[in-house]
Amino acid sequence: MASKRQKDSPEEEKKQASSFPDEVLECVLGFVKSHRDRSSVSLVCKDWYNAERWSRTHVFIGNCYSVSPEILVRRFPNIRSVTLKGKPRFSDFNLVPLNWGADIHAWLVVFASAYSFLEELRLKRMTITDESLEFLAKSFPNFKALSLVSCDGFSTDGLKAIVAHCNYRNLTELDILENGIDDLGGSWLSCFPENFTSLEVLNFASLNSEVNFDALERLVARCKSLKVLKVNKNVTLEQLQRLLVHTSQLTELGTGSFSQELTLREYSELESAFSNCKNLYTLSGLSEATSLYLPALYPACVNLTFLNLSDAALQSAELAKLLPHCPHLRRLWVLDTVEDKGLEAVGSSCPLLEELRVFPAEPFEQDVVIGGVTESGFVAVSQGCRKLHYVLYFCRRMTNSAVAAVVKNCPDFTHFRLCIMNPWEPDYLTKEPMDEAFGVVVKTCTKLQRLAVSGLLTDLTFEYIGKYAKNLETLSVAFAGSSDRGMQCVLAGCPKLRKLEIRDCPFGNAALLSGLERYESMRSLWMSACHVTMNGCRLLAREMPRLNVEVIKEDGSDDTHAEKVYVYRSVAGPRRDAPPFVLTL
Amino acid sequence: MSRPLEHDYIGLSEVSSMESSEKISSASSTVSTEEEKSNALNLKETELRLGLPGSESPERKSGAGVGVSLLGRTVEDKNGYSLGVLKNFVSGAKRGFSDAIDVSGKWVFSGNGGSEVDMGKGAVLFSPRGVNGVKSLGVLENANQQPGSAAPALKDVVPPSPKPVQDKKPQMPAANDHVAPAAKAQVVGWPPIRSFRKNTMAVNPAKNNDDDEGKSGSACLYVKVSMDGAPYLRKVDLKTYGSYKELSAALEKMFSCFTIGQCGSHGVPGRDGLSESRLMDLLHGSEYVLTYEDKDGDWMLVGDVPWEMFTDSCRRLRIMKGSEAIGLAPRAMEKCKNRN
Repeated sequence: MASKRQKDSPEEEKKQASSFPDEVLECVLGFVKSHRDRSSVSLVCKDWYNAERWSRTHVFIGNCYSVSPEILVRRFPNIRSVTLKGKPRFSDFNLVPLNWGADIHAWLVVFASAYSFLEELRLKRMTITDESLEFLAKSFPNFKALSLVSCDGFSTDGLKAIVAHCNYRNLTELDILENGIDDLGGSWLSCFPENFTSLEVLNFASLNSEVNFDALERLVARCKSLKVLKVNKNVTLEQLQRLLVHTSQLTELGTGSFSQELTLREYSELESAFSNCKNLYTLSGLSEATSLYLPALYPACVNLTFLNLSDAALQSAELAKLLPHCPHLRRLWVLDTVEDKGLEAVGSSCPLLEELRVFPAEPFEQDVVIGGVTESGFVAVSQGCRKLHYVLYFCRRMTNSAVAAVVKNCPDFTHFRLCIMNPWEPDYLTKEPMDEAFGVVVKTCTKLQRLAVSGLLTDLTFEYIGKYAKNLETLSVAFAGSSDRGMQCVLAGCPKLRKLEIRDCPFGNAALLSGLERYESMRSLWMSACHVTMNGCRLLAREMPRLNVEVIKEDGSDDTHAEKVYVYRSVAGPRRDAPPFVLTL
Repeated sequence: MSRPLEHDYIGLSEVSSMESSEKISSASSTVSTEEEKSNALNLKETELRLGLPGSESPERKSGAGVGVSLLGRTVEDKNGYSLGVLKNFVSGAKRGFSDAIDVSGKWVFSGNGGSEVDMGKGAVLFSPRGVNGVKSLGVLENANQQPGSAAPALKDVVPPSPKPVQDKKPQMPAANDHVAPAAKAQVVGWPPIRSFRKNTMAVNPAKNNDDDEGKSGSACLYVKVSMDGAPYLRKVDLKTYGSYKELSAALEKMFSCFTIGQCGSHGVPGRDGLSESRLMDLLHGSEYVLTYEDKDGDWMLVGDVPWEMFTDSCRRLRIMKGSEAIGLAPRAMEKCKNRN
């Protein structure tokens, strides 16, 4: 169980006698949940540092290489829940080679001895093998929740190990959200013991194989606390209906495929099953949804706050009919098949909308694509959804004036991610760079934390960012800028910048080195396909020994150019598990 | 901003091969660049610096789309050259493309990139790797001339045939391993979409999308399917179907959202069990016919030839409005009745 700490020396005791007893301080600090607050608390004085470290139960590590498991367990003895992030975000887009690292196993080994009471493990962009999953299942008797987002290295056999070995009283969450696993079949689902009833969260939406439906149905029926159920595409509508009969308490539902041919009776059974789901806050899945069966959903939408239609290629008319049934919608994810007309419907039907993400249905389509969304859809949404503060918008054309109109309507953006899918695409009407668009975003949206830029951009964009984006924490740049000055402006001007990821920009060593003083206050910097050279990186590494400056070598690339550079602060020193193609300078 | 340095590159003799191997939507970029001599960048020279000595110009597959596309799909790592081409295209000689950035005609000069710190090695920036970057110059030239067609122009430029570069160390990664892929050189990881999301839209999620279109092979046989009035195309792998019936059932499933929209959507099936596919209904009603483009570029009615012959010769599918397939429509109806 939780370790008790030793009594301090007599001098310390005397000091403490005049201040708060440790136990009280720890108890009070137990209410401090946010990581940033806890970091601040730990800086007040030594007593508070100690009280904080003893009372912390959840730790979040944004870069697994910034600290080592040994350092972690030494500082925090009572951790029950760990969240770890591994690879740089651009690994999602295949920019990081396989076997780069971020393997969880070394951490698990240390946790097995120091945190034997560990309950939760949440990993993002890490590698975890089946062996590690089995080790996890066997080493932590209190283990409750496993969440794997964008992870790789394991197969469904590993899931079997978790399911079969976990203490049946405790497992509450199994959340698998990734695309890098070997799907060897759905039999893992059948491995839940028959007396297992504690499951609260089950998400296997991204697995591709069939699962034994009977096993699933029995599992769902006996887990009365199930709140989140997200099934994969192989679960049919008819099967979904059978599951819903048991799960009226669901708050989050991810359907399977939504396009089976149903008889009239089956359809009305489905409709009444959905009518029972009055507690749904989140709905997703709906792949291949057609207007034929969408109306069955309407009764379940009455309390929806998050609707994820990014798997459902809906048309504008279908969306327009669906949205009025979701009066409380706050977050909406759609495909661009809904087109501008669909976005107009969003504007008129969703006055409470705070977050919109529009994904491209055919992002890699080479020929000219008819359809998709444009600048007018964007403006239409902003006109109706004044509370919008998070947008991710993929489009093939945009104008400066449209963006200006959008931020005029919605000045409270905290996350503005605009992806004009053709690199260097200018303003559609004026043919000018899109500098002014992002200029007006940073000038108007003073709360902006995250920005992703695209389109034809000169250094002016970055001058604007450096001058105005004082709260910016994350910046993603691709195919933009004219010279080193762009990156220099950002590094000099954005005091809260934590994550900077750049690809295919004309930024070189001067830009890289201008950030010398900044990188230790940032989580990481990624630069790929820029003008940085090995010598520039070596210089950076020499000047800043507490940074890890890593270069990923590509086959056949020349030795002077630094094709992919990843710089991050670390108290753990250089990586000991780096593969041969990762050079630490 | 400082002026760009003059590129000290090789001459122009490869122009003709580049021209012959290019299929560009607008005026040839080489022609246009020749006309832009006034441009300080001398794009002509920079366009020719692609590739190592001895490497071939990219072969072209017949019928396949041409050129470097910046809308590319993610490319497998194993396809090393295309990665290399792509990276070079995008990243190399940044001065090249960055010089050309201001498409409205005012050339924005990038200055000396970032290489002041390391001028000795900074020469790397002007290496043959940069040649690829020129493609974008040519492309942006086009864009300059035809405002609004930046996207199509971009996609139609092909890496020019390689020129030996004597003054710099060759920068082309893996260029001498194998020939550049024909159809479209693709940008790795752009647009920034997760691959599982890409697979969502494919007919068979387990198969990946990066096969050349229309290429027949034993592995899979992807063809595009378009439907008149539908806002986007789909792709199907003909190898996964064994008969016309399976194909038309799959197509009906894929496009039913459009056809049912046409029929009026009450949301409830009209009878107990949908025994006939909607598409068949519509075909009966001669509202749509299913046609395909064969190897010779002719548009034929689907169903006339044996299935195997069809999969061998089919390049593209099109669900055409009956009114557009005038001469074909009655036959289509007959075919449908026969198929049922």
